[in-house]
Amino acid sequence: MATEHSRTAARLMVSPAVILLFLWMIVPLAMTVYFSFLRYNLLMPGMESFTGFDNYYYFLSNSAFMDALVNTLLLVGGVLVITIFGGVALALLLDQPFKGQGIVRIMVIAPFFVMPTVSALVWKNMFMNPVNGMFAHIAKTFGFQPFDFLAHAPLASIILIVAWSWLPFSTLILLTALQSLDQEQMEAAEMDGASWMNRFIYLTVPHLTRSITVVILIQTIFLLSVFAEILVTTNGGPGTASTNIPYLVYAQSLLNYDVGGGSAGGIIAVILANIVAVFLMRMIGKNLET
Amino acid sequence: MARKTTQTRTAVVTVAAWTIGLLIFFPILWIIILGFKSEGDAIKTPLAVLTSDWTLASYHEVQERSNYFLHFMNSVILSLGSTLLALVIAIPAAWSMAFVPGKRTKDLLMWMLSTKMMPAVGVLVPMYLMFRDFGLLDTRIGLVVVLTLINLPIVIWMLYTYFKEIPGEILEAARMDGANLRAEILHVLTPMAVPGIASTVLLNVILAWNEAFWTLQLTTSSAAPLTQFIASYSSPEGLFYAKLSAASTMAIAPILILGWFSQKQLVRGLTFGAVK
Repeated sequence: MATEHSRTAARLMVSPAVILLFLWMIVPLAMTVYFSFLRYNLLMPGMESFTGFDNYYYFLSNSAFMDALVNTLLLVGGVLVITIFGGVALALLLDQPFKGQGIVRIMVIAPFFVMPTVSALVWKNMFMNPVNGMFAHIAKTFGFQPFDFLAHAPLASIILIVAWSWLPFSTLILLTALQSLDQEQMEAAEMDGASWMNRFIYLTVPHLTRSITVVILIQTIFLLSVFAEILVTTNGGPGTASTNIPYLVYAQSLLNYDVGGGSAGGIIAVILANIVAVFLMRMIGKNLET
Repeated sequence: MARKTTQTRTAVVTVAAWTIGLLIFFPILWIIILGFKSEGDAIKTPLAVLTSDWTLASYHEVQERSNYFLHFMNSVILSLGSTLLALVIAIPAAWSMAFVPGKRTKDLLMWMLSTKMMPAVGVLVPMYLMFRDFGLLDTRIGLVVVLTLINLPIVIWMLYTYFKEIPGEILEAARMDGANLRAEILHVLTPMAVPGIASTVLLNVILAWNEAFWTLQLTTSSAAPLTQFIASYSSPEGLFYAKLSAASTMAIAPILILGWFSQKQLVRGLTFGAVK
């Protein structure tokens, strides 16, 4: 249909975006790869030397790496479990007719718009603080010892904070999906005597599967790179108890000035993210065809 | 009988939904309340907080001590600047992919999306060093460029899904009537695409406003947006609950309001059109 002329024009119009994204993807990444093979410390400029895979060896064999990897997986997994189960339950609830639906919906999605540094600091100080936090006040009211969340359960506390920020996202998407559920089919099943449980298992769940997959994949991409919440609450500590891979890379390169080691860690993070990305891309790619 | 059970059911749903809604919203509500209390009252027990006097002192103090307005303006400039820049690059690209699709358009779109999958830490070191060497650390211009690049794939994708919904026949007709490319874009496409563009802008402003990796790594003071400004409260001196609450309320209020208007677009934008 399109003429040769408009094809050329189209190519010209798409090229700035392509060139920019290409440069953005290739240049810094190539530099990271290059640095990852160097012994390069910011405190000793001009002393760079080629070391082969040493940085990778040291980064991977450091016990902090295993801790960070496990913490990363726990953080992603924990938040996913809370937001998926919570999201399905909330979406089902909000899908029912009740008074003030609009207002409740607004309240439920609000945490998603709170910037990460605010949500982390508010939870840390106003709620989890063992002296003046709300949880401490409540514990004292009932005669219990206040619990120091971020000192004794740092990762679990961060999971809670991040889950609070992401629950609105899964709820909103699953609610959108629920609203496209075929109501006539539901009513037909009800008339045929299908119980609530059966309708949920055989109609609602299959209908939601695709959206749940999308939620899992997109959240995983974002959750793999949680950073601000850790920076302002625990600084990765105590020890490495709440250090994830992004935080470890940051600490290695900008706090310890070890550019080579940090770069090796960065490349490892890229590889991990790519494994997830492959699945996500397939999902979205399939969707493009329909 | 049946009527009665429906009524009971609605009542139960109403109570449950409101309770859960209020619980989820509570942290935000609480900082709004604490922001209007004095520092001494803000650390009291919840009941004592509620019955204490209201004051605007914390808001004054936040502005005086840390120049809140500068950081607010930085957030505005960064989010609007990066959004506009992304639009300028993305509109022509999305237009041509939606209306003159080639054999490779799908691959191209997928590739653009894949750039979004790259974790930021993977390029933290070179970005930091480049910013340092070009004197871009703590400058607005440097951050605008980075925020543009990280959100560009989402902007292109969102615009693409909206443009796709515009019937191509209308463009054909305009072309038949002798409209050139420029007229086609300006007088036919733009008016039809404005709602889609507006939604894209809204979502992108929200994402840029809340971006908290590059803004924390690449700014310290003069170009610092609100994310970095709030992070400075993580090592506070003295009593600071009321001030932190006031600062937080001011940091999230604009985006909370924008966000409430963009619920639907949010779903579409964040799932790259996979859920509408």
